[in-house]
Amino acid sequence: MKTVYVDNNATTKVAPEVLEAMLPYFSELYGNPSSMHFFGGQVQKKMDEARAKVADFLGADPSEIVFTSCGTESDNAAILGTLDSYPEKRHFITTRVEHPAVGNVCSYLGRKGYRVTELSVDREGRLDLDELREAITEDTALVSIMYANNETGVIFPIEEIGEIVKEKGIPFHTDAVQAAGKIPLNMKKSTVDMLSISGHKLHAPKGIGVLYIRKGTRFSPFMIGGHQERGRRGGTENVPYIIGLGKACELAKMHLDEENTRVKALRDYLEEKILEKIPNTLVNGDRVNRLPNTLSVSFEYVEGESILLLLSDLGICASSGSACTSGSLEPSHVLRAMGVPFTAAHGSIRFSLSIYNTKEEMDYIIEHLPPIIQKLRDISPFWKDYLRSQGRG
Amino acid sequence: MWDYTEKVKDHFLNPRNVGEIENPDGVGEVGSLACGDALRLTFKLDENKRIKDVKFKTFGCASAIASSSALTEIIKGMTLEEAEKVTNKDIADYLGGLPEEKMHCSVMGREALEAAIAHYRGQKPVKEDFEIVCKCFGVTDREIIKAVRENDLKTVDQVTYYTKAGGGCGQCHPKIEAIIEKVRKEMEKEAPPRKLEKKRLTNLQRIKLIEETLGREIIPALKADGGDLDLIDVEGNKVLVALRGKCSFCPSSGFTLKQYVETKLREFVSDDIEVEEVRP
Ligand SMILES: Cc1ncc(COP(=O)(O)O)c(C=O)c1O
Repeated sequence: MKTVYVDNNATTKVAPEVLEAMLPYFSELYGNPSSMHFFGGQVQKKMDEARAKVADFLGADPSEIVFTSCGTESDNAAILGTLDSYPEKRHFITTRVEHPAVGNVCSYLGRKGYRVTELSVDREGRLDLDELREAITEDTALVSIMYANNETGVIFPIEEIGEIVKEKGIPFHTDAVQAAGKIPLNMKKSTVDMLSISGHKLHAPKGIGVLYIRKGTRFSPFMIGGHQERGRRGGTENVPYIIGLGKACELAKMHLDEENTRVKALRDYLEEKILEKIPNTLVNGDRVNRLPNTLSVSFEYVEGESILLLLSDLGICASSGSACTSGSLEPSHVLRAMGVPFTAAHGSIRFSLSIYNTKEEMDYIIEHLPPIIQKLRDISPFWKDYLRSQGRG
Repeated sequence: MWDYTEKVKDHFLNPRNVGEIENPDGVGEVGSLACGDALRLTFKLDENKRIKDVKFKTFGCASAIASSSALTEIIKGMTLEEAEKVTNKDIADYLGGLPEEKMHCSVMGREALEAAIAHYRGQKPVKEDFEIVCKCFGVTDREIIKAVRENDLKTVDQVTYYTKAGGGCGQCHPKIEAIIEKVRKEMEKEAPPRKLEKKRLTNLQRIKLIEETLGREIIPALKADGGDLDLIDVEGNKVLVALRGKCSFCPSSGFTLKQYVETKLREFVSDDIEVEEVRP
């Protein structure tokens, strides 16, 4: 069976070039970069090169790059490391639509006695910056707001937000795990103090992340240990993965244009055809400020898990914000925060593309999706009720 | 990814008895769009008051659709008195099991059936007489009590898996806990542990119980698959059975017929039962 992988916001294929770059560091080049001898030194040099590539990709200085074990660690380190540096401040601001890597840290902080403000979003998934302005107090230790949403692809106006936050002299962190590689990031011209990225969302392997920490930002290490990463993250470096991430960032920089032209065109084509062929379908999220690769659509009166499994039966890999897929009973917190009506929230599907997708694959989806939705609507008790209410049943 | 049995996949991909019967004798509707799943069950009786035709429409995940489909297959041909005795566990068993988090799908099937029978008998929906415990999903104490009893539930998580109660804001967890405690106390009082009961069987009782269990628990499931089974003999703890008809019970689930029959008999009769297949 052919596989059409359109779940790239969940994870991506490791680029062959990345794998190739990594392999020697699993075999002959196994030295510890901290060692004094030449054998470790040569690895140190390659690691520095990788760090420079990551820095170049982010428009940062190499000294501002801290390698971590994943996006989740980067988020945890940024938040907990900052709060630890401002022990007298007990207020934290974030949004209702963060990834659990931030969202569940908030719940934890709430239990620890912090006051947590979660900014709301509108029906299109957009923030109200006045709400942010009003939320900031003397007691605010940190603002953490994601760059782009993993479920809907909605991009927040991070620089505008940063200006508001920096005006008050408050540290600003952003989870850019979904933004990196899809839209340009340039820390030289940014108001962001800390930024998280994750390797496996940009064609590097799972289990490697980066926390960018702007020079001069107060930060206490989250992982306490050796002197690695300039004392900001203990633990012997995961050299092969760091090398891989360096290569992946180099490629991502090269492919950024393609993401915003060819990949975006594929996404737009998929969206247009789905809306044209399937009635009672709506797109979730601000269609203007949106990642070029992401499409979240809701099909009214059907349930997401059923759609996913029927797609999966045809080799099409997507994901859903429906309750049933996660084992929770309520649809995704992102769609609920946006106020997507129940008729649609349970039937949401996310397609997320990458540079490896083709027009043929989009046509394959467009061919097979309409009958799947029709089949499930024929089984659904609400579809016929709906048609009747429209005088068509 | 859920670990669904082949039977669940089959009933999801090829659901049986989809639709709505025109002028049905009974209609049962449970669930809602807000809850994420819903089932509308319609049936018609024949002149002998057996379920002649039954159809379903379901909004929900794969296991909700499969459970609905299984329910219709199970109750077709039953009298309402027989159908009334079908539990959510029967539905789950028919499908070779459901992931625990998805047991509420089988409970939804049983509730729809109950509602449809009540509708046929002209009874008003029972839901109104009871207290709503979980406001997020509109689950009553009656439904929770029933699920705890029928499925021997012990924790709030389990109650959520089976009824959805407590799966939203979580405010009702203390109430659910209190219900579990109360019901379990009642259950302990009512029934001496089954293990003891199992041991005290005479030979005659044992054979009778085996026959009953085959008739109630096992043969209906086989028949639904176009097969059948005959009890040939009972020698001590050995039960000799013969297969008849097109019997290909759960061929791909890795669960052989012998294992299935044996598990069931051990559950209901005695832990030391061994099943042997003989040629008819
Ligand atoms: C927005 C966002 N933040 C954080 C993460 C977590 O990254 P990782 O899987 O590397 O821990 C993800 C990935 O699912 C994500 O989409």
